[in-house]
Amino acid sequence: MLVYLIRRIGQSVLVVAVMATLVFLAVYAVGDPVAILASPDADDQELRAITARLGLDRPLYEQFGIFIWNALQGDLGRSFVYAQPAVDVILQRFPATMELALVALIFSILLGVPLGVIAGLKPESILGRTIMTTSIFGFSLPNFWLGLMLILFFAVQLRWLPASGRGETVDVFGVPLSMFTWDGLRHLFLPALTLSLYKASLVIRIAQAGTREVMLQDYVRFARAKGLSRNRIVFVHVLKNMMIPVVTVLGLELGSMIAFAVVTETVFAYPGMGKLLIDSIGRLDRPVIVAYLMLTVVIFVIINLVVDLLYAAIDPRVRLTDSKG
Amino acid sequence: MAETTTPETTANRATGNDAGRVPHGDPRVDPALTRPPEQGESLMRRHIATFFESKTATVGFVVLVILIVAAFTAPLWAPQDPYDLATLSIMNNMMRPGETLDTGVLAILGTDDQGRDMFSAVLYGMRISLTVGAVSVLIASIIGASVGVFAAYMGGRIESFLMRVVDLQLSFPAILVALILLAVFGRGVDKVIIALIIVQWAYYARTVRGSALVEKRREYIEAARCLSLPARRLIFKHLLPNCLPPLIVVATVQIANAIALEATLSFLGVGVPVTEPSLGMLIANGYRYLLSGNYWISTFPGVALVILIVAINLVGDRLRDVLNPRLSR
Repeated sequence: MLVYLIRRIGQSVLVVAVMATLVFLAVYAVGDPVAILASPDADDQELRAITARLGLDRPLYEQFGIFIWNALQGDLGRSFVYAQPAVDVILQRFPATMELALVALIFSILLGVPLGVIAGLKPESILGRTIMTTSIFGFSLPNFWLGLMLILFFAVQLRWLPASGRGETVDVFGVPLSMFTWDGLRHLFLPALTLSLYKASLVIRIAQAGTREVMLQDYVRFARAKGLSRNRIVFVHVLKNMMIPVVTVLGLELGSMIAFAVVTETVFAYPGMGKLLIDSIGRLDRPVIVAYLMLTVVIFVIINLVVDLLYAAIDPRVRLTDSKG
Repeated sequence: MAETTTPETTANRATGNDAGRVPHGDPRVDPALTRPPEQGESLMRRHIATFFESKTATVGFVVLVILIVAAFTAPLWAPQDPYDLATLSIMNNMMRPGETLDTGVLAILGTDDQGRDMFSAVLYGMRISLTVGAVSVLIASIIGASVGVFAAYMGGRIESFLMRVVDLQLSFPAILVALILLAVFGRGVDKVIIALIIVQWAYYARTVRGSALVEKRREYIEAARCLSLPARRLIFKHLLPNCLPPLIVVATVQIANAIALEATLSFLGVGVPVTEPSLGMLIANGYRYLLSGNYWISTFPGVALVILIVAINLVGDRLRDVLNPRLSR
């Protein structure tokens, strides 16, 4: 296990290093930020002063060296637009995005598990078939359009919920969170629902297949033979066993939720990391783009690492084979 | 938790299968799929017959054909050429669905802020969406299939290196990678296609390598080796054709994904240019007017997009059942 652990962590570090290089090179190719920051009537001297202040006049390899050295110390440069360290700018938005992803995750479980179990218990019934067909639509609806339609219905037509922004926040251990205020929840509802629908469809499918599989197991038959009530069988035996694949997949999907939050946040003008990324791409705020990408790479690598290590802990076969790194 | 995990879930992970894949463990098999072949019936003909035995798949297929034909013949019969600025009149802007333009054209889906007939715009937009989806999938699947079959054939270090690259690529969500690529490249139909190829090829490489590994151990490959056929011929004439069915299934579903991804990127403002509005671009244009209750500009292109994607998914779903080697061979 120790050898596997060391090798796996080594690979993760390598991935982060490769991605750091790619990200730096890619973002370096994006337009000239000086042209955007300087006023249109700035003369040559002013332009050169700005270039020097941002460190853009050095050769590429030198900039890369500085970038890596600083990155190791947790410094990914200063935002051109906000005149603050880029990491700080992103970390300020981090709670908003995590909150959105978390609420969306809860929604997808609350929606997906009951529907999936119902469809799995009676796969031949009209209700079961309807649920499964609807889940195909869940996969097919483009996330951003769904968001627009929800805004149109709930915010424009019915005027029940706000269309954009983040609600009132309260500090919980110094982190501003909006999920504990009524106003915050009202703002969070539509974006979280939009973000959760794709995952909810996925959960329905897994839960349905899992339920059907568990219902055929000997222990369920035994429980029935013992005369246990149907509710007890469903809530104790079936639910407990079919939740394992659901939790696994959702854990893996947490990363993609953070990525898809880019779209949802843009639709709902929700001030999270994703909206910041889109704004920064538009303004060519290079350090913020780099910092966002590096942070996401690290999050993804950590999620993959944790999942792999958990699997290795559960299933000894993984440790012995070389097929998956 | 450890003792109740089914061996399948962990084994899937261990062999590098996509753990997020939609499970397809249906014990109740459609009798049409396991029907024994009739005398003199070709495999192709049999697959086609089996395909149309499903009502939903037939509906999906018919809708898809209608949409494709309508989109590509649009210049011949659409009420208006939405790109020809001369035919647009600002007098016609923001008309509600069902109103008549001053040129006498009935705008069944309304007009946008520049007086463009939305019905024509949707048809032309669908043409761009379909082209971007199909072209990117075609090129990406050729690249991916070559990499996959090459990796499986070579084995050893080359294989594990290539598959590690594939794993790395697939561990990052396509939307994020495409977004960054387009932020670097800039806007344009060709650039969107390139970005979509880069985010997609790995799916095909993994799919084809998986089936090539199985095929490689079959007798006919051994026979071909005994005849000492050149490697190129062995790979392309023997190995690759037998890896195609799973590739076709993945590629069909990926066209829908590519179209959705293109629409999303265009909506975010990094996709196709304003001069060539795809469905996603049209939706983005309508976004500004949504809050004032002018729903039709965003709604109808979106409905077209959803119908297109659902139709492709229904066809892909049925293809998966028909071409599934575990059931038919």
